[in-house]
Amino acid sequence: MKKLLLTLMALVLLLSSLALPMSAEAVTEIQFWTWRPEDTNFYEKVIAQFEEANPTIKVTINAIKNTEYNTILSAALAGDSAPDVFMSRAYGGLQTFADSGYMLALDDLMPELKEFSEATRMGATSITDGKIYGVPAVSQTMLCFYNKKVYEELGLEVPKTWDQFIANLQACKDAGYDALANGTKEGWCCEFLFGGAGASQYSGNDFYNKVVAGETTFEDPIFVSAVNDMLSLTPFMPNMYEGVAYTDMQASFINEMSAHFVGGSYEAGYFKAENPELDFDIFPVPGKTEADPAYVSVYADMNFAIAASSKKQDAALAFVKFLATPEFGAQVVNELAMVSSIPGVDVSANPFIAKVLELQKNNTPYLFLVGFRYNQPTGSSLFQAAAQGMMAKQLTAEEVCKQVQEGIATYYVPFQK
Amino acid sequence: MRSKHMKKAAWIAFFVTPGLLVVFVFILMPLFMSMFNSLFGWNQLIRLDFSGLDNFRKLFGSYPYQERFTNALGNNVKWFVMTMVLQNLAGLLFGYVLSKRIAGSQVYRRIFFIPVLFSIVAVGFLWGLYLRPNGMVNALLGAAGLEQYQSAWLGNASTATYAIILVNIWRWLGFPSLVFMTAIDNVPAECTEAAYLDGANEWQLFTKVVFPLIIPSVTIITVLTIIGSLNVFEQVYTMAGLDGAPNYATDTIGTLFYRTAFGSVDSGAPEIGVGSAISVVIYLMTFAISLLSIGITRSKEVEL
Repeated sequence: MKKLLLTLMALVLLLSSLALPMSAEAVTEIQFWTWRPEDTNFYEKVIAQFEEANPTIKVTINAIKNTEYNTILSAALAGDSAPDVFMSRAYGGLQTFADSGYMLALDDLMPELKEFSEATRMGATSITDGKIYGVPAVSQTMLCFYNKKVYEELGLEVPKTWDQFIANLQACKDAGYDALANGTKEGWCCEFLFGGAGASQYSGNDFYNKVVAGETTFEDPIFVSAVNDMLSLTPFMPNMYEGVAYTDMQASFINEMSAHFVGGSYEAGYFKAENPELDFDIFPVPGKTEADPAYVSVYADMNFAIAASSKKQDAALAFVKFLATPEFGAQVVNELAMVSSIPGVDVSANPFIAKVLELQKNNTPYLFLVGFRYNQPTGSSLFQAAAQGMMAKQLTAEEVCKQVQEGIATYYVPFQK
Repeated sequence: MRSKHMKKAAWIAFFVTPGLLVVFVFILMPLFMSMFNSLFGWNQLIRLDFSGLDNFRKLFGSYPYQERFTNALGNNVKWFVMTMVLQNLAGLLFGYVLSKRIAGSQVYRRIFFIPVLFSIVAVGFLWGLYLRPNGMVNALLGAAGLEQYQSAWLGNASTATYAIILVNIWRWLGFPSLVFMTAIDNVPAECTEAAYLDGANEWQLFTKVVFPLIIPSVTIITVLTIIGSLNVFEQVYTMAGLDGAPNYATDTIGTLFYRTAFGSVDSGAPEIGVGSAISVVIYLMTFAISLLSIGITRSKEVEL
């Protein structure tokens, strides 16, 4: 009797194990990795739409903490637990995985990528072979947020020159606000403060193109002076700003304790979510005169890429193609409040994004990320640390520029002439 | 007889193998892998050809690695000196006092040891909040009328490293206290009684009788402090991040290694070759200095 029972159980087990792969054969399951756990709900919704249109593909999402993403992804790609589709960084961050042969080139597979603007494609292109390795997702813009209620209360207007900007900061300070929310505890906060406030001071593209070509250096007086302008913002920053961290800055602006926040357009969604009452708007930090173009630093951020090792590349490609449609782009705009890189996206429903796009008319590449984050020591790491030293009054602007120049010159050929 | 031996050997193997496997897979393999990796050139995440000691030459002879390494090592020395002087001396004092069985010593013993049990990340996060410009520490200073001493503790290059070291000392203090207390408890009563009868005062008793007898514990604590100071990473990572902010003031060879080998999200590409070279140097230094200090303290041990 016992034997019979056992045989029966074994049979049931055997049958059920046979049945599983049979039903799975029809559906291809792919893995999608993102570094934005905060957007998991959004992607789950998008995936549901995709699966409805493509019933034979099932997408599983895996969200990993931003700061650990690169390490975990490198290990997975080097081993055999790689995802099929993953979010990739742009520029130098993409280069790392593209040069290592972990990403699938999309030039031939996705002709629609030619429609994307050159600036956004640049963030997904390897500088080694010129191929495109990802679908550009969003672009970020460095600008100045301001609290409209404070501006109304103090009778201020959006500044048209640097001096007006400083005068506005002074007025906010006199009224008892933290004029500027920015702090410098983390190095990268120095870099985006400069990206937002400095671009118009070093005359944006004019300087960018020259320095990338090696026609000038970071010790150019115009650049030194721009770095000095950043230093001149310290009186308007919070008390003991050296210890003010990124999250403190956000909290200060969200809770209306500070009047301005120089940072990325990507903050808007978070600001709104945390305090729906917060009435804010944006402006580009102006240059010295009204005639100078008011630049915003812009960079491509996030690409959707396919792992070269994926055995389900057709399904992966279908999903990535879906992430390149204007319909997906519209959801990025309306639900994540980010500027989609996909051409032809309707932004009329979101006035904030429309405004960012308007400011982007005077765009200049986000200097160190776009141009100098491909080799060690990266322009970003050099500038971030030195700028922290300067904001803490340990270094002068001249020393900051010298350190950046010398560091980059160790590998950057145009500087070695 | 022979089969009995065989049986015994089989049993030993049975119990030892799992442990050996763990040590091999998680300790020895990574160690040899990083030695191996440090001898190769790397293009991003792909290993290229054998390049001899190139990565070490780069580390010790070229900008910025050389500066960063010396700077980071200097901070590790700060860690060691401060931990040795503050944590271990205080630990010795607490251990001595606790072993006197003063009223409530059982309670103190537990209180001192509680922070050791806290998770490093929680300690780093909470103290990070306390040390903010508008955090608890500055608030207390303000309440005590000491506004002039308020500071951006973790943002000032002159205070950041010390603040993190002090938090670490706060966390670990209970450990040397407990070790020293146990060691002092184990000093035979005959010795201390004899010293008392000979008219030794408390100081003489401690320096001439108790301390020489607890040298083995001092050795252990010293070696652990050296290893801990050279390997420090988590506390810095949770309180100041990977980039040694501000301006490399809090950088240690641990964070430098991690940043170099794996790259930092906000600033740069990975360099596994040089990173592995740093890890090999950390290993060699820890090994050599530990051996040296064991040798030195051993020679001071006394036999009863």
